[in-house]
Amino acid sequence: MTFSNQKQKDYLITALFAVIVLLAPILLQPLGLGFADMVQKLAIFGIFAIGFNILFGLTGYLSFGHAAFLGVGSYAAMWAFKLLSMNPIIALLFAVVFAGLFALIIGFVSLRRSGIYFSILTLAFAEMSYRLAYSVLTPITNGETGLQLVQSDPRIIDTAVFGIDYGAVLPTSSLFGIQMTLYPGFYFCAALLIISFYISVRIFRSPFGLMLRAVKSNQNRMNYTGLHSRPYTLAAFVISGMYAGLAGGLMVVTDPLAGAERMFWTQSGEVVLMTILGGVGTLFGPILGASTIKMAEVKLTEQNYQTLSEAFSFLPLGLQEFMVSVASWFTGDKWHLTIGLLFMVIVIFLPGGLVEGIRRLAKLVKRKITKKDQSDTASTVAAE
Amino acid sequence: MSILSVTGVNKRFGGLKALDDVNLNVEEGTVHAIIGPNGAGKSTLLNCFVGRLTPDTGTVLFNEKSLIGLAPHEINQAGVSRVFQTPEIFSDLSLLENVMIPAFAKSNGAFSLNAWQSVEGQTSINEEALEGLKDVGLDSKATMLASQLSRGDKRRLELAMCLVQKPKLLLLDEPTAGMARADTNNTIDLLKKISGRGLTMVVIEHDMHVVFSLAQKISVLAQGHVIVEDRPENIKGNPKVQEAYLGGAHL
Repeated sequence: MTFSNQKQKDYLITALFAVIVLLAPILLQPLGLGFADMVQKLAIFGIFAIGFNILFGLTGYLSFGHAAFLGVGSYAAMWAFKLLSMNPIIALLFAVVFAGLFALIIGFVSLRRSGIYFSILTLAFAEMSYRLAYSVLTPITNGETGLQLVQSDPRIIDTAVFGIDYGAVLPTSSLFGIQMTLYPGFYFCAALLIISFYISVRIFRSPFGLMLRAVKSNQNRMNYTGLHSRPYTLAAFVISGMYAGLAGGLMVVTDPLAGAERMFWTQSGEVVLMTILGGVGTLFGPILGASTIKMAEVKLTEQNYQTLSEAFSFLPLGLQEFMVSVASWFTGDKWHLTIGLLFMVIVIFLPGGLVEGIRRLAKLVKRKITKKDQSDTASTVAAE
Repeated sequence: MSILSVTGVNKRFGGLKALDDVNLNVEEGTVHAIIGPNGAGKSTLLNCFVGRLTPDTGTVLFNEKSLIGLAPHEINQAGVSRVFQTPEIFSDLSLLENVMIPAFAKSNGAFSLNAWQSVEGQTSINEEALEGLKDVGLDSKATMLASQLSRGDKRRLELAMCLVQKPKLLLLDEPTAGMARADTNNTIDLLKKISGRGLTMVVIEHDMHVVFSLAQKISVLAQGHVIVEDRPENIKGNPKVQEAYLGGAHL
C-alpha cells in the first residue's frame, strides 16, 4: 500500500461519486424522483449529512443541534442576497462564514462536556436559536413570515458595481446569467456536493482525521500522548457547522426564502437519523442515508387511498380493503412511522447502517461466485 | 544530575493525607522504583508528575522546570511519557495507527490542522511507528485492531506508543500487574533493553522480583511518606522497610 495508490483510490472514489451524482436526475427517473426539486434536495441534505458525519462519525460527539447552523446559513445567505448581490457564491460565502462563527461560539461552550451532556447542550442552543428567531430576533429573521426578497432591497454590489436593475420583478439568484433554479440549480448544488465529498475524503485520510478518531477512541490516552483534544473537537465542530451552513445557504440559493422552522429540533434529529441509517463514520453512509430518507418521504407522502387501492387491486376485495387500511398507517402524513420502523430495524440488525448491509451483501455474492467457480472446476475435473 | 526532583509534596483528599512531605530525586539514566504497601500513595505521586493531580504544596521539577499547573499534554510535550496500570490504548484503531498518533504528536505538536495530506503519505512517521512496533515485537500485527490484542500485548503496545516519542522520562505504573510469570520475565527483559539505551524510568511496582531486577534505586513509600531511598541491596535488609512493607516478616 503506497502513497500514490491511496491517492489514486480516493480520486477514483470521488470520480465514481461524481458520476452518480451528476446522473442522479436520470437514474432516479424510473422511480419518479428525478425532478429538479427532488434532486436539489438530495444534494443539499447530502452536504448537511456529510458535514454532520465529520463531527459524529469521526469524533463520536453527537450534536443534537445541527439544524441551528442550517438556519444561520440560510439567514446569512438571504441577507447577502438582500444587501449585496444575487450572486450565489457571495451568498454561500456569507452562509459558511456565519455558520462557522456561530459554531465556534456554541462549540466553545458545548465541548466542555462530552456524551449526553454535550448532546443536551447543543440541543438547548438550537432550541434557543429557534425561539429567538421567532421573538427577539424578528428584525433579522422576519419572524413567522420568514425572510424573503423584496423589490426595495438595496443589493449594493449588483446596482452599484454591475448596474443591474431588476425592475419590477423579484430577482432570482443567478451565476453568470444562469438562474439557480430547476436543473441548473441542481448542478450547482451537485458541484458543491462533489467538492464537499472530496474534502471529507481528505479529512478522513489525513493526520487530522486520525486525531479525530483518536478522540472517539480514547481521549484520556490522547491527552497523555501530548495532544490537546479540545482544539481538535472544536475544529471538527466548526467544520461540520460550516457544512451545515453551506447546506442552509444552498436552500436559499435554490429557493430564496428563509424561515426559522429550519432550526427546529426535528431537523436536527433528522440529520442524526440520516447518518446512522446510512452508516456512521463511513464516507458514503451519510449521503446514502440522506437520500433514502428524503426519497422515502416523497414516495410515502404521495400515497393516498386511491393509489393504495390500486396497488392492492390484485387482492380479493375484503383483503384489499384490509391491506389498504394497514398501509395507510404507514403512508401519507404518517410516513414518519415507516422511517421509525426502518430506523429500528437498521439499528438492531445492521448497526453499521446501510453501508454495512451493502458490504455484507457483496461478501455473500462474492462467496457464492467463488463457490460456484469451485464446483464448476470440480465438475470439469470429475468429467475429465 | 537529577532529571526529576520532587521536594516537599503534600496532597490531601479531604481528611486523608495521601502524600506527606514527599522528597524524591531521580537521577538521569537510571531506573528508579517506587514501592510501598497498598494505599501508600504511589499512584497519587505518579499522578502529580503527569498533571492529573496538582499537589497542595511542594515542587516537582523536571529538568529544572516546574511541572505543577501544566496540563497532561504539555507535560508530555516536555518529554514525560506514561504507561498506565490498565493499558490506555486506542482500542478501535490499528496497532500502526496507535503508534502513529504519538509519533504525530511528537513531530507536529499538541494541535495541528493537517487535514489535506494523507496519513499514508507521511513516510517518516510510518517508518517510525513500524520501528516502534518492531521494538516491542508487535510488528507482525501492525494492521490488527488494538482491541484484539491480549492483555500483555496491549501493555507492549502502550509501551511502544510511549517509546516512539523518545521521551526523556518514562513513568510506568505497575507494568507487570496481572501478568503470568513468563510474561513478566519478557517484560523485564524488554524494560532492561530500553533502560540499556539510557532512558530514565520511574517504575511503580508490587512485584519485588521485577523491582530488584530493574531498579538502581528504590524509594519506599508508606502512608504517604518516603521512609527510605536507597540502592536495592541496602533496601532488602532495611528493618524499617520490612516493618512498613512486609509487616515485619523476613525476606
